[in-house]
This record gives sequence, structure tokens and C-alpha cells, in this order.
Amino acid sequence: MKRIYLDHSATTPVRSEVAEIMYKYLTEDNFGNPTSLHWFGRKVRKGIDEAREKVAKSIGANAKEIIFTSGGTEADNMAIHGVAMANKNKGNHIITTAVEHHAVLNTVKALGKQGFTVTILPVDKYGAVRAEDVSAAITDKTILITIMHANNEVGTIMPIEEIGVIARSKGVLFHTDAVQSFGKIPVDVNKLGVDLLTISGHKIHGPKGIGALYVRRGTKWKQSLFHGGGQEGLKRAGTENVPGILALGLASELAAANLEKDNNYLKVLRDKLIKDVLEKIDQVELTGHPVQRLPNHASFTFRFIEGESMLLSLDMKGIAASSGSACTSGSLEPSHVLLAMGISHEIAHGSLRITLGIGNNNQDIEYFIKELSVIVDRLRAMSPLDPDNEFSQSSDCVSCKESGSCNNLA
Amino acid sequence: MYSEKVMDHFENPRNVGEIIDADGVGQVGNPTCGDIMKIYIKVNADIIEDIKFKTFGCGAAIATSSIITEMVKGKTLDEALSISNKQVAAALDGLPPKKMHCSNLAADAVQAAIEDYRSKSNNKS
Repeated sequence: MKRIYLDHSATTPVRSEVAEIMYKYLTEDNFGNPTSLHWFGRKVRKGIDEAREKVAKSIGANAKEIIFTSGGTEADNMAIHGVAMANKNKGNHIITTAVEHHAVLNTVKALGKQGFTVTILPVDKYGAVRAEDVSAAITDKTILITIMHANNEVGTIMPIEEIGVIARSKGVLFHTDAVQSFGKIPVDVNKLGVDLLTISGHKIHGPKGIGALYVRRGTKWKQSLFHGGGQEGLKRAGTENVPGILALGLASELAAANLEKDNNYLKVLRDKLIKDVLEKIDQVELTGHPVQRLPNHASFTFRFIEGESMLLSLDMKGIAASSGSACTSGSLEPSHVLLAMGISHEIAHGSLRITLGIGNNNQDIEYFIKELSVIVDRLRAMSPLDPDNEFSQSSDCVSCKESGSCNNLA
Repeated sequence: MYSEKVMDHFENPRNVGEIIDADGVGQVGNPTCGDIMKIYIKVNADIIEDIKFKTFGCGAAIATSSIITEMVKGKTLDEALSISNKQVAAALDGLPPKKMHCSNLAADAVQAAIEDYRSKSNNKS
């Protein structure tokens, strides 16, 4: 079957060059421990240093400001916990938003149980936080603002530059999770005005299990989670994930080099997809900001039907997508992001997220739209919520004949 | 994560639709939770002669609705009432653990339809 992958916010295919460099650093003479003094160790140490330079350059940072981690979640935990621990004499207040990734939300909530006070700011109907709300929330006890650069579920880009200016003027440290934005839109730590920033390898055609935390030089932050050896300049204990680090270095370099080209390409595809879905299907709404959104991101809610049913039906047609419905989240609640945007439970259950990648093309979009229209019609016809739709099934359906009562239906 | 049987019932749901002159209608769940099942029954001499369903929900919700229509069709009301949600899940070769509560409501929907039928016929007599 033809398979079309439209779930690039979940993860991306690894670029072949990136896979090659990983393989290289798993084999040949590149197996050394970078802490070792001998030739084997020095050889991989050099590779790590170069990767660090590449990652730093891709976000406008200095190599000394990059700490390699096991991924976005670890980097978020390290950033938030480290600032909290290093600044608890100064204050105990942390500001975040209701639509953060769980790696951030659950970390600040955990700190909330350890004597810290947390302000979770609301968002507007597009999922964006207002900079003035951030400003108003700052008290003399505020030690950290942590707000994502772009939202994973609805693609909305947050006003990070504006918040950066506010944070700096009030002397509050500012962390952003740039896992979704990095490689899709420009990410520059100085332009954004952030003190800490998280990136992840597998969202930019790199491998899973590798990420990085940027910590601006002079930031009052400390390593507070892992106890162990002196790796990463005493900032992250544990023997380095050498193949992952080399892969992240190359993936970052390639993402930055192709940013403009990829961004333009994806935007055209995305705009076509959004236009077609809104035109060809009734009772559907775009979620997230119509303009201030990631170039590869389209997300919708479909009335009267449920997200997992859509995903299963799409998967049967070879199309991979995702949803924020309760059934796909592992809990009884639909996406916290959609609910925070003021979307009702009922409608949030019918969410669908399509995230494009550079491997997608026009035909993929056309195939998707064609199949989606059929799927939505079919599920709506089965739904007790949609009053205008009647179910019909082809009469050659064996199972229906067995059941005996489908024959009457056209 | 779903058994082949679940996928079969999801792909080819049996007895979808409404019965306009139904003798009993049962609806369970609510849109907030993400699952609603509506069952229509036609009863003759205490036997479920025809049954149809409409469901808003995930794959498991649709599959359980579909299979229960096959399980109770032609059965007496008491036989139909004795079927539990657990038996419905078993008939589908099992459901993922997290689906056992939220989406496994089909037996409840049938029971609600039968109750509706019985209360209506009691009122008539």
C-alpha cells in the first residue's frame, strides 16, 4: 500500500547523511569514550566538539553554551529545575502557559509541590499567550518564565521576542522550548532574547534520544537532576551519546542551511491543504493561528466525529496523522491545549493534526483530501450527533449480508 | 493495539442506522467523554427482531456497538439483558485496557433500549 506520512510533529525520518554519521560513530575506530585521554577517546572528543559548534551556530549561540541531553524532555526538566534550584534564595515564582508540552507543564507542577508558586497563563482562541499577561504576572518573587516557541498541537507561534524584552527588563530568566520551531522557522537565542532554550534531534530529521539545552553564559542555573561524573563541563553527568551527538550536530547544520528553502516549500503545501480541507468539508475549523503558525502545520476540528476513528480510517488508507482526542491521549480528557483555547470537550474530541515534511508533495495532499472527505462523511453518517447524515454501505459487503439488515440500505 | 476483530467491525460495522418506528431507544455516554452510543430495537413477542446503532466515538466504541447488534439480534429480551460489557469485549477478542471503561458501553446501551421498550409497553397496558 501507498504510505503517506503526515505526522512530522511527532517525529521525522532520519536523513541518510545523518544515519551515516551515526553508523560511523558506532563502528570503525570511533567507539572511544570521549573522557578518555588516549587516541580513541580524543578521536571522538573531536567529533563532539565539532557537533557542539554546529548546534551552537544553528541557534546563534556559543559552543560553550550547549549541553547535550537525552532529548527535549530532559532539556526542559534540566532548564526549569536548574533555574529553580539556583535561584530559590531570590524567589519562588515561575510563570508558564496552559498549552505547554507536558515536559514543561509537569515539571513546573512538580516544583509547585516543592514550595514554588506557579502561574499558568491562559491563551487566546488561537493558543497564543499575550505578552502583556506575562508582564502582569511578574512579581518580585518571579525567577523564571518558561514558554514554548511554537505549539506542537496547533502550530501557533508565541510572541517570544516580545516576552524576551519583558523578561530582560524585569531581570527574570526566560526559557523557551523550541522543539517544534527549530528547523522550521528561524531560532536565534539573541533575537528571541532567551536565557535557556530546548531543542530535540528527532524533530529535525535526526535520531531519537538526543537533544540539547542552551544556557546563556552567566545565567544563574545549575545542574540539579543527575548526580555523576563530570561530563558536559559538569553540567550533565553520564557518558556522552556519541553517535547521537554527532547526528544532532549534522542534523542541526542541515536544518539551518535548508531553513528558508524548506520553509517556503512547506508553506505552499500547507496553505493548499488548509484551503482544500476548509473548502471541501463542512463543519470543520482550523485550530491555531491562521498566520502565526509553523509552516508545516495544519490542525482542525471536525464536528460530530471522534479523532481516533479518523486516524484509524486514515491509517487504513495508508495515511499517518495524529489527534488530540481523549482516545489517543491515554486519558479520558481531550487535549489540554484545545481545552485551554476555549474549545469544548465535544469538539476537541474531533481534532486532527496534519504536519508536513520535506518528503511530502502535492499528490500527497490531493490523496489525503480525497480520502479524508470520504472518511468524514462515513463517520458522520454513523454518528448520532449529526442530524443531516444517513449511513449507506455498499451492498457487496459480506458482513452486512450476514447481519441481514444492511441490504435495505442503499 | 486493536484485535483483527475490532478492526473488522470498525471497517465494516454491522447494523448501522436508525429505526424510525423503533419500539425502544437507548442512549448512553456523553459527548464530553467522547463516546455516545444510541441503540434502536424492534421487538416482537419478547424477541429483538431488528436492531440498529449510531455511535460517536473511537474505534472501540464503534466496534463494540457493531458486535453487540449481532450478539442480541434474534435473542429474547432477557437473554439480551444478560450480556455484559465484558462479554462484548471478549467477543471482540479483547480491548486495550484503557478502552475497557471509556468505550465499552454497548451492553449498557442495549439495556437502556430494552428498559425504554419495557417502560413504553407498561404505559400502554
